[in-house]
Amino acid sequence: MKLSTEISGLKLRNPTILASGILGETGGTLLNVARNGAGAVTTKSIGIKPKKGNKNPTVLETEYGLINAVGLANPGIDNYENEIKTALKSKIPVIGSVFGKNKKEFVLVSKKMENFGVNAIELNMSCPHARGYGVEIGEDKKIVYDIVKNVKKTVDVPVFVKISVHTNILSLAKNIEFAKADAIVAINSLRGMKIDLDLKIPVLSNKIGGYSGPGIKPVGVRTVYEIASNVKIPVIGCGGVMNGKDAVEYMMAGASAVQIGSGVYYRGVDVFKKICDEIKLWMKKNGYKRIDEIIGVALK
Amino acid sequence: MNYPEIVRIAETKKETENIKTFRFKYNKKVRPGQFFMVWISGVDEIPMSVSYTDNFKGITVEQVGEATKALFKMKKGDKIGIRGPYGNGFKTPKGKVLFVAGGTGIIPVASLIEKIKKKNAVVVFGAKTKKKLFFMDRIKKSKLLISTDNGSFGYHGFASELVEEALRKEKFNSIITCGPEKMMKKILDLGIKHKIPVQASLERFMKCGIGICDSCAINGYHVCKDGPVFDDKTLGKMKDFGKFKREASGRRVRI
Ligand SMILES: Cc1cc2nc3c(=O)[nH]c(=O)nc-3n(C[C@H](O)[C@H](O)[C@H](O)COP(=O)(O)O)c2cc1C
Ligand code: FES
Repeated sequence: MKLSTEISGLKLRNPTILASGILGETGGTLLNVARNGAGAVTTKSIGIKPKKGNKNPTVLETEYGLINAVGLANPGIDNYENEIKTALKSKIPVIGSVFGKNKKEFVLVSKKMENFGVNAIELNMSCPHARGYGVEIGEDKKIVYDIVKNVKKTVDVPVFVKISVHTNILSLAKNIEFAKADAIVAINSLRGMKIDLDLKIPVLSNKIGGYSGPGIKPVGVRTVYEIASNVKIPVIGCGGVMNGKDAVEYMMAGASAVQIGSGVYYRGVDVFKKICDEIKLWMKKNGYKRIDEIIGVALK
Repeated sequence: MNYPEIVRIAETKKETENIKTFRFKYNKKVRPGQFFMVWISGVDEIPMSVSYTDNFKGITVEQVGEATKALFKMKKGDKIGIRGPYGNGFKTPKGKVLFVAGGTGIIPVASLIEKIKKKNAVVVFGAKTKKKLFFMDRIKKSKLLISTDNGSFGYHGFASELVEEALRKEKFNSIITCGPEKMMKKILDLGIKHKIPVQASLERFMKCGIGICDSCAINGYHVCKDGPVFDDKTLGKMKDFGKFKREASGRRVRI
């Protein structure tokens, strides 16, 4: 049975990718994720300068998922070369996630990422809780077009754009395609909040955070389905993938691969191996020999 | 669920000029060496070793940064958020144990020392000065070897020197250590030299406490989840142990 898949020339041994911001800050951890079966790994989103991120609490569990407002903490691109070098020892594709507050920052950090040797770039235009970054840029389709076009002009590796549902996704997706991006990653976490009933205040120091995990899966599947129905570039599904069936569902909706974040929390770092085994089991039961045969079957 | 439970401080005790213990009711079972994420609302949430692991839990705090300063000011009746316990905790050692604590490193090991038969425990405790020694009444039933950097109490010098001497004189089945990482690195090397298994409790900057944010990473391991206690075999694989740590941004810096 073949689990391999391809995203704009980027070959993956299986369709499970570590999502950005979960376990991906250090090279040693990225290597460990690769050892646990991931088809590719995405780094934490990296910006131009070191950033401490928000004060704690930054991560909470709720009934149907996690809420986080880590605040784009990262060591800054100039301190990141060794992390990438370590991660590349895994021999699986390493996707460098990049954020910035304008075109100049996105281009500069992407170029450095490429020089460090990443196999693809993911532009984070969808962080739901950091002022001046993320969705605040990603909701303006003209700015997005401009950034993607310029990053594409600057680097040769495939460029993915990660988007949020707090936008007009269809016109945004079309702009991303026009700008010649190689794939769209959908979705990032949703804006959420948790209030403590005893202290009567929002628990996250940032008050608002990103909601991820099982609760957002239907939103993710719908978004992937709509995007895949309207653009031709590959889509990578993300949001609430916990098991093999979730992965299959995203792929039926049109995803060429899936990213897994919160699943690491719920099922451990070997969630990648587990999900691959579950996909195989599903394929066996349903008579599939290649996983890429199911991409988009639900779109008709 | 990994979500802070709000508890009221039931008791506070000043241990030294700069160190205080806070006791509260929290019903989850805790092993010595595990930690809580302690939420001081409006300020921060920080990892703290559990200093009293029975039903009446306790944390013991040194004033070092903004969060610990805010906690230090809190009184009986004030509310804090607790989630956890997290991490693995110490494996209960068998046979004769050498405990090696440097400064606030005594905090996570004190409740383990209390659980070990007194004839089986030798405790080396090093502090900067006499005034910085605390928890003495909790550990005094074991054989104590105390050092201070300035000689104001006990041996004038480093704890590691007392450890070398103890290892020459007696046979131990295991070593348990917590304190400054450079000290623990020395203790690990001594343990390897004498072929005695070592457990060391590490400290790193933490955000989530539940193994997903990667801020507490050391060479692919997570101090919050795989640790905070690591054995000699694992420590031997950690190139950064005793040498590098990570800042809040994730930047790798010298210890
Ligand atoms: C703790 C945490 C940190 C995250 N940090 C980032 C980040 O730096 N960049 C990014 O693009 N997405 C980040 N995300 C979003 C995830 O990559 C993913 O899009 C989202 O969590 C939904 O997937 P999931 O349900 O599998 O977690 C983060 C998510 C979590 C839970
Ligand atoms: S504190 Fe988040 S992974 Fe350890």
